[in-house]
Amino acid sequence: MGHGEMTVEEVKKHVKKYYVVFGALLCLTIVTVGISYLHLPIFQAIVLAMIVASMKGGLVAAYFMHLIDEKKIIYSMLWLTLVLFAFCMLIPLFTLRGIQTYS
Amino acid sequence: MSALIPYIDEPHPVTGVTNAKLGIWLFLASEVMLFGALFSTLIIMRSSATDWPAHGSDVLNVPLATLNTVFLITSSVTIVLSWAALKMKDLKKFKLNMGFTVLLSFGFLVIKYIEYTSKFHHGHFPSTSTFYATYFTLTGLHGLHVIGGIVTNLYLLGPGSKMWNTEPERFTGRIECAGLYWHFVDLVWIFLFPALYLL
Repeated sequence: MGHGEMTVEEVKKHVKKYYVVFGALLCLTIVTVGISYLHLPIFQAIVLAMIVASMKGGLVAAYFMHLIDEKKIIYSMLWLTLVLFAFCMLIPLFTLRGIQTYS
Repeated sequence: MSALIPYIDEPHPVTGVTNAKLGIWLFLASEVMLFGALFSTLIIMRSSATDWPAHGSDVLNVPLATLNTVFLITSSVTIVLSWAALKMKDLKKFKLNMGFTVLLSFGFLVIKYIEYTSKFHHGHFPSTSTFYATYFTLTGLHGLHVIGGIVTNLYLLGPGSKMWNTEPERFTGRIECAGLYWHFVDLVWIFLFPALYLL
């Protein structure tokens, strides 16, 4: 069911979830800042920071943007976007490999 | 259903969503690619620049940026609560939550202004280094998105809310679309914050 057709009772249940997600996001923000004070090697710091950021992003997308309960056409469109985004993120890998080869 | 644009307030029989919602998701998909390209550039710059700071926190104000993160996360909650209030037919609660959203958005911009003026005061401009060029481009573009969101949300809070009296379903749909955009602005900041300030 899309959230456009929600009943009042269902909306009230969702409101409780919003507060729980809000608490989780605040906790994860503290974790993100805490990681930076550990002064880990750059690779580990990037991986950890991006894992926490992805968890936060996932919570926002799933619950606030209601992607946990969305129509198939939205999912299809977002999968295509994700594939193109992943390709975009791969470009630096190839570029950096090129920089290392020619330097 | 609107007489001018079909399926603006009721789901299209083929897609199962309103045209407005499909439209905002298509727009957000294009935004993902815009910021994706910039993040991709950030990785290349970060990896190959010779004068990049060891940690963003060495040159940027982490406590202020953390406060901004809290502002944006809270505003994401208040805007989704404003949509929920409309689903429960409570316009007063909608206005309260949307008002908080706008207030928090202004708070975000004020802190960004403090950060920017501090940087300019110390002689750090986009032309200073690759790091500052990247920092100002990414946070500046994000800031423009925040301003866009404020303008939209202020309209929906003020004159735009008159639609509630005549077309409540359509108005609720508008708030849903504005909310989706605002959550995206929050999402971008969630990734920008560690990438620029903490790594």
